[in-house]
This record gives sequence, structure tokens and C-alpha cells, in this order.
Amino acid sequence: MMKMLIVLICAFAIIAADSTFAGNTSEGFKDSIFQTQNLKPIDSQSPIKIGDKAPDFTLPSIGGTQVSLGSYIGRKNVVLSFVPAAWTPVCSEQWPGYNILKDEFERLETVLLGITTDNIPTLFAWTEQMGGVWFPVLSDFWPHGAVSREYGILRSSGVSERALFLIDKRGIIRYMDIHDINERPSTEQLMKELAKLKE
Amino acid sequence: MKQRSLFLFLALAASALLLQKPLPMHAAPNPPSEGDSLPEMRLPVPQKAEELDYLGISRKDFFTIPEVKAELVIVEVFSMYCPHCQKEAPAVNELYKMIEADQELKRRIKIIGIGAGNSTYEVETFKKHYSVPFPLVPDPDYKTHDAIGKVRTPHFLVVRLQADGSHKVIYSQAGGFGEPKEFLNLLLSKSKMK
Repeated sequence: MMKMLIVLICAFAIIAADSTFAGNTSEGFKDSIFQTQNLKPIDSQSPIKIGDKAPDFTLPSIGGTQVSLGSYIGRKNVVLSFVPAAWTPVCSEQWPGYNILKDEFERLETVLLGITTDNIPTLFAWTEQMGGVWFPVLSDFWPHGAVSREYGILRSSGVSERALFLIDKRGIIRYMDIHDINERPSTEQLMKELAKLKE
Repeated sequence: MKQRSLFLFLALAASALLLQKPLPMHAAPNPPSEGDSLPEMRLPVPQKAEELDYLGISRKDFFTIPEVKAELVIVEVFSMYCPHCQKEAPAVNELYKMIEADQELKRRIKIIGIGAGNSTYEVETFKKHYSVPFPLVPDPDYKTHDAIGKVRTPHFLVVRLQADGSHKVIYSQAGGFGEPKEFLNLLLSKSKMK
């Protein structure tokens, strides 16, 4: 009887095991993306919570300008999309998805700011490989990871978590998703949260 | 007696789980090659009546590519997040329009897209942005993607369906297909439909 139970439990485990593929699939990235191993899902503890005032910052963008979060207060909602690193699998197939949602971001009076701890030339080359992105891409390279640290999402390896912060026009954090670094956060959920601000 | 009850409970729980969840498709190590049969791929039935009509599908739960009412099925495995699939979208739309403009080919060739790792919301976003006129089905857990050998996207698989119910892959290639007209001619030649 015990043997049957063990077989049954093993069968459960096999049935329950879903596909865990989380890498990039794009043929065009085949030879240019560094394949990472599965990493510790979250490697930081953010003190920030929903309802907090978002810490202000100014960072250089690949467009050559300085971009300040504070400049959007009173005008636009802001989504901060922190991704860990350029030229890595999941990151390379997160922002291109936002590229085809430009109209929806605009309709919802929201700007998107992409941020990594890479330097500007790296970010420039990487986003060019994607075919370009419509939103500002900011470098939190120096002082290294200072903004990521302020948001409590700097990992021990020096890269940021994969995280989304939705900040309303008053500068208040209304939604945050500090996500498993190995997986892409739900775009559908983000857009639902954005739509709530319009209600 | 106690052990027997526990066993019965577990057996019932297992049955309930099995009924709730379709059996997993088998992961394949490589994409199918020309001349191969397609691996088992159970795809969710499109929700729109016109898409069901286009594919000639009458089932309500899932369908397989060989069940599509056509002689040739062009399958594009894509992702909303893949910039190269985004770039290829206008060419695939152009291919569809060419086929639909020909009364003979329209009846014989169908196109379908499978969104690897994409939810219904994500395939619909892609469909809306690029005005994709043919059915796109989601594959949120990469199950179909696994079954066809974790292909890179976009990947085009073209399947020749025979009247006797058999089928075989006549084209399997990652990356864009180039000029739609030339690609269509290539497929007509490979499938001996010309």
C-alpha cells in the first residue's frame, strides 16, 4: 500500500510540474544575449510600500538629457521599470513588449521610464539592437545603483531587481511589483493598475 | 483501514486534478524538420466565430493543426515581446492578404500564430497593434513551445495536410521569411500545390 502511495505522489509531482521556460525566444537575439543561470528570485528588502511618496531622482538618459521624476508631478503618472541588466534573456524581452503599448500609455496619461544600473553606451547599444524604444531609458550606473538603493531594490550583485513602480500625478506610489528576477512581470496586471488611476 | 481511507482520498484528489488539467504535452528536444510529423500540439480554440469559421474548427475545447480545414497550414510561433516578431508582422499580414486575394489559395491555405509564453491579453495586444487578420492563440505556459522543441521566434512551420488525414512538415525555419511573394511561391512548390 505504501508503495502505491509513493507512486501516486510521484505521479502528482510530474503532473503538477509545469514548463518553467523563462528565457528569451527571439531568433534575432540568439547570438548576442548572455545566458544567465536561474538566480535567487529576490535579493533585497525594499522599505517602500504602496502609499509612500516616491523618492525623487535625476538620472542621465540615452537621449543625452537628464530626466527627473519630479518633473512629471502634476502632469503625468509615471511607471518606473527597473530591469537587472542589458544583454540578458528576460530583460531583452520585456521592454520590446512595452514598445507596442505606447498608445495605451499615452491614453492613460502615463510616461514609462526604463532604468538599469548599466552605463549609457551599453544601454544605447542594447536598445538599438531591440530596434529602439519610445520611452526614456535611464542609467543608474554612477554613483553605482544609487536610485535602485533608494528604492530598496539593489541586489548584492550590484544590479537592480526586476521591479515596477506605478507613481500617480501626485508622486504617490500606487502599485509596485518587485518581481522574481527570472520571470517577466505581468504586463496585463500593470495596465490594469494604470487603468485604475484613470477611473 | 485508516491507510485505506488515505489512499482513497489521494486517489480521488488525483482524479480531480487530472480532470481539471489537460495532460501535459511532451517536450521535444528539437524543432520538427522537413518531412517530420508535427508533435502533439493542443491549441486553445479561438473565441471569435469568424476565426473558427476561417479554420473550419467545430470543437469547443482545443484543436490540433491537422484538424484545420485546409491543405496547407502556415504556423508562426511568435511572442509579443520579441522585437523580431514585431518587425516581421507586416510581412506575415501581407502573406495573408496575398492568399486571401486568390480564390483558390484562400480555400486551401490557412495561417495561424501561436504566442509563445503569451497570455490571451498579450496575443490580443499584438493582434490589435499590428491589425493581424488571422487567428492568434495564446501559449501562456510555453507548453506548445516546449512540444515543438523550444523554437526561437519567429519560427515558421508549414504543414501539408493530406486528404487521407496524414500530414507532414514541409518547411521549418527560425527567423523572417523575406519577401512574402517569394515565400508563397516556395511553399507552393514544396507542397506540390502549384
